[in-house]
Amino acid sequence: MALSREEIYSKVQGVLVDALGVDEEEVTPKSRISADLGAESIDYLDILFRLEKAFTTDPTKPFKIPRGELFPENLEALQSDERFVKDGKITPDGIAEMKKRLPFADFSELEKNPTAEAAQSLLTVDAITNYLVSKLG
Amino acid sequence: MGNRHSAFGNDLMRWIWIDRFAEFHSGVSAVAIKNVSLAEEHLHDVYPAYPIVPHSLIIEGMAQTAGILVGEARQFREKVILAKIGKATFHRLVRPGDTIAYRAKIDQLSDAGASISGTVTLGSNGPADAAIAEIEIMFSHIDKNLAGLSFPEHNFVFTEQFTDLLKTYRDSAGISI
Repeated sequence: MALSREEIYSKVQGVLVDALGVDEEEVTPKSRISADLGAESIDYLDILFRLEKAFTTDPTKPFKIPRGELFPENLEALQSDERFVKDGKITPDGIAEMKKRLPFADFSELEKNPTAEAAQSLLTVDAITNYLVSKLG
Repeated sequence: MGNRHSAFGNDLMRWIWIDRFAEFHSGVSAVAIKNVSLAEEHLHDVYPAYPIVPHSLIIEGMAQTAGILVGEARQFREKVILAKIGKATFHRLVRPGDTIAYRAKIDQLSDAGASISGTVTLGSNGPADAAIAEIEIMFSHIDKNLAGLSFPEHNFVFTEQFTDLLKTYRDSAGISI
């Protein structure tokens, strides 16, 4: 029985409220996990665990999110690679590389303004929902 | 960790807030017991005229119980670091002469870390004892040789005194190590 996008979004909202201690109203589709909802590095693991728990329907076949698939690791290594970041701006190669790591995120804003700061804004509630829709659909 | 010495040369208290394991189910759950003594220095920190175990040390006891459970589940391959206290709800104060039971259960365990939920009860009769607290904790795993980075020793749960606690449990339960 596949979940609808609304059902998935609703569970994601619940997870973020529990993991980050924010109010439900603060969690909107465009909310950025870090900039808007205040997630810190340990919170990402908490969010991951809670998502796995929330979307496990059969305890003998738990839903697992492979490490690095939702929250890519070692993104900092990209910053020091001149092919990807030059003079503080992300190169087209850099954007392509990030699209590989975060295929479920919306890159339209980043493409208009390819700075490292704008890259922080890729992880939104929508992006997480998109990822889960693709995994569970 | 281990013993620290005061200016007078005598040993300060060890930083261990559980006394023994009552139950240990590898990779699943554990129960540790602590007997509270008026001789403990920290009981006099909160209300000088009314000694209680500070809530922070109850959380520490749970973190130690759960940290050993999580570490043992992966044969102490990694360092287990207390990373986040998700929830800590307290229902009563704990006084000298009380016995505290920490029951920890692994909810999630992976390469990256673990999440545990625990309950703290008064007495050592079992889960139906009076509730002291409910605590949720997240641990992070760090490979022992993480890229040459160094972390303060007191971040890590495991010193011999903690693994000795496990050994004592196993010996008395008749299980060989």
